[in-house]
Amino acid sequence: MCSVAMLSVLRSDSYAELSQYRDQHFRGNRYDQERLLKKSCTLYVGNLSFYTTEEQIYELFGKSGDIKKIIMGLDKVKKTACGFCFVEYYSRGDAENAMRYINGTRLDDRIIRTDWDAGFKEGRQYGRGRSGGQVRDEYRQDYDAGRGGYGKVVQPQ
Amino acid sequence: YKNVYERGEKRDARLLPEKLTVYTTLVGLLNARNYNFGGEFVEAMIRQLKECLKANMYNEAVYLVRFLSDLVNCHVIAAPSMVAMFENFVSVTQEEDVPQVRCDWYVFAFLSSLPWVGKELYEKKDAEMDRILSQTESYLKRRQKIHVPMLQVWSADKPHPQEEYLDCLWAQIQKLKKDRWQERHILRPYLAFDSILCEALQHNLPPFTPPPHTEDSVYPMPRVIFRMFDYTDDPEGPVMPGSHSVERFVIEENLHCIIKSHWKERKTCAAQLLSYPGNNKIPLNYHIVEVVFAELFQLPVPPHIEVMYTTLLIELCKLQPGSLPQVLAQATEMLYMRLDTMNTTCIDRFMNWFSHHLSNFQFRWSWEDWSDCLTHDLDKPKPKFVREVLEKCMRLSYHQRIIDIVPATFSVLSPANPSCIYKYGDESNKSLPGYTVALCLTIAIKNKTSNDEIFGILKDVPNPNQDDDDGVVPGTLFHEVFKTLAESDEGKLHVLRVVYEVWKNHPQMIAVLVDKMIRTQIVDCAAVANWIFSPELAHDFTRFYIWEILHSTIRKMNKHVVKIQKELEETKARLARQHKRRDSDDDDDDDDRSSDREDGPLEEQIERLQEKVESAQSEQKNLFLVIFQRFIMILTEHLVRCETGGIDVITPWYKNCIERLQQIFLQHHQIIQQYMLTLENLLFTAELDHHILAVFQQFCALQA
Repeated sequence: MCSVAMLSVLRSDSYAELSQYRDQHFRGNRYDQERLLKKSCTLYVGNLSFYTTEEQIYELFGKSGDIKKIIMGLDKVKKTACGFCFVEYYSRGDAENAMRYINGTRLDDRIIRTDWDAGFKEGRQYGRGRSGGQVRDEYRQDYDAGRGGYGKVVQPQ
Repeated sequence: YKNVYERGEKRDARLLPEKLTVYTTLVGLLNARNYNFGGEFVEAMIRQLKECLKANMYNEAVYLVRFLSDLVNCHVIAAPSMVAMFENFVSVTQEEDVPQVRCDWYVFAFLSSLPWVGKELYEKKDAEMDRILSQTESYLKRRQKIHVPMLQVWSADKPHPQEEYLDCLWAQIQKLKKDRWQERHILRPYLAFDSILCEALQHNLPPFTPPPHTEDSVYPMPRVIFRMFDYTDDPEGPVMPGSHSVERFVIEENLHCIIKSHWKERKTCAAQLLSYPGNNKIPLNYHIVEVVFAELFQLPVPPHIEVMYTTLLIELCKLQPGSLPQVLAQATEMLYMRLDTMNTTCIDRFMNWFSHHLSNFQFRWSWEDWSDCLTHDLDKPKPKFVREVLEKCMRLSYHQRIIDIVPATFSVLSPANPSCIYKYGDESNKSLPGYTVALCLTIAIKNKTSNDEIFGILKDVPNPNQDDDDGVVPGTLFHEVFKTLAESDEGKLHVLRVVYEVWKNHPQMIAVLVDKMIRTQIVDCAAVANWIFSPELAHDFTRFYIWEILHSTIRKMNKHVVKIQKELEETKARLARQHKRRDSDDDDDDDDRSSDREDGPLEEQIERLQEKVESAQSEQKNLFLVIFQRFIMILTEHLVRCETGGIDVITPWYKNCIERLQQIFLQHHQIIQQYMLTLENLLFTAELDHHILAVFQQFCALQA
């Protein structure tokens, strides 16, 4: 066996590894979830502006490969964009490249974050915060013009 | 204990080739202590070299040869035996009926080791070295270089000639020899241990016979050396080594190595590049920027995915915010100034990089500095470049943003507001998400319903996007489309035309729709190819999005073939496993009929898949033939028109078109290699105009 090929496996690839985050709403055990994450072609994308369009996401994420589908994250009540989305590629290699080179760069002037997702299921496109948006927008104290202003706890009733 | 050491050494040396001399020194010291260790290590390296060459891993093999060469400096390997190995390498140039690229590699492996070991070898065996060098020189003089124009980033020789890589290396080695092999850039830790190392017993390399050429051998393609800077570009800083200095070669090699080692980890890669030793004696930022662009613009394709370079440059800017952005701006300016002679494919990459880069820095740029482009014809490279950049910037943001960031005078270059054009009925600026539209079309096709019924369905189609306006689909648009959704080629062409008419202000949408229509088999790849060359699209023929669509179409076709081939291989493997299981069964009840029955479904599946593979491969070949044929037609038309009209053939349109043809060859060279005979006999025959034939000949020369 050619040991040369084996040695290249030893190179680090930390950007494409699983993060510590696990979706608490996942139906199944930890082992199943990790198995799915390790072969997933779907990425969760966070910290988007509420105004970022699907076209923009398509353009940026298309740089690492052909996109199969984009699902915009929606406010559960208002059904408007609430700052996250799922991007599904046809091949895992393309998704890995997105993790390596698009994660942590800017879209609409905001540093966006990508993470592995176990796969889209109906219902997962909705925010899980009490007010309908994402949880992080419930409790944050700062003002973010691209994400509805102040966090919900700070906003007047 | 020894084996662990050995493996560790090899792993580290391979992982970090730019730190080669550190590892060779270590091996040297170990060899001085333990002669057998040295012997086994060298033997293992030779074995690995042979394996790499047989496995077509030529980049790895070069590092192994270099490592072995440096072991001469560390008194592990006796110089005469290394010279003998190089003699065998260069003798490959005497082999008959082998591809030039094979001889090229062996010559390259020899020459590129000389900066490390030339001095030592020449001191011990000057007569033999002179002989090898003279053999090399006569080879370099007689080898053909038809391929060079196809690989050059710029077609002009000023300010820096785009040299063929072996010519450049030869000039560098010549200069090194003239300087009596004095090389001062490489860090040589073994010099500090000379007193220990010179006591060591050296090993002789076993005679090395290069593995013979086989049908499966695939050698590296030739390259052109990319240069954009020289010492005049940084007058304040340290002097940049000249283009024919061996220092320049070593620095570039090592920087390329660093990228090759760390391309998956952008922060590490940037940090390693910036901590390259000697960075106060050389203008390191300039070297880094040059090496990164060399890879980004490399023809046929960059070594790594394009987006990596964008992100790497951003990381470099973050680590050196006081100096690197300025060098990058200087580079951008220089690239802009030289657009007129830049290869179209490279202009695409420059444009993609620049727009993506700007989107990370709030699109801040001194656009007024480029107002000279407004005085040119809009189809000239500079204004064209700015237009495409602005369009890409818009795709990453939104229309008004782009209008705001450029001076008012640039409005002629600003992209159109992306919107739908409804031929009938109400005006609306909302763009329908591509997925909804594709979904509608798919439903209609699958159900084969009447147009009125389709209409009814569309009104009630549930939306993945909640945008309410999406429910209001203009019926007239889809009437037009569905009416002609026949199985015929004409029907497919018509669908594509309608899509274009409706979405021509929103090129991204056209691309998305074409992609969906291919995937849902409403149109096939050849139809898209024909559509791109149709007169209706002539106005947009030189726009980047058209070629984005064509290459994406070709890629889909290629992936489809690979997918079915894989399915076939997997099914065959399953059948083989089934046979093995049966054979190893102790069951005496060897009923032939039952085995056949067992095999039956799998064998049927394999037969079906074989047919599918053949049909896919034939469709793939047909696609390329259609594309080449249309190129030939459209180029011949132009050439004839120019010749009868007495006007110069080289117009901006022509340069764009001929380089697009080149791009097809380069970007898909592995697949096109299979069609060489057909192309030669059917399309690229001797009667063809020499302008067009030259492209084909240059392509043939790449693997000759």
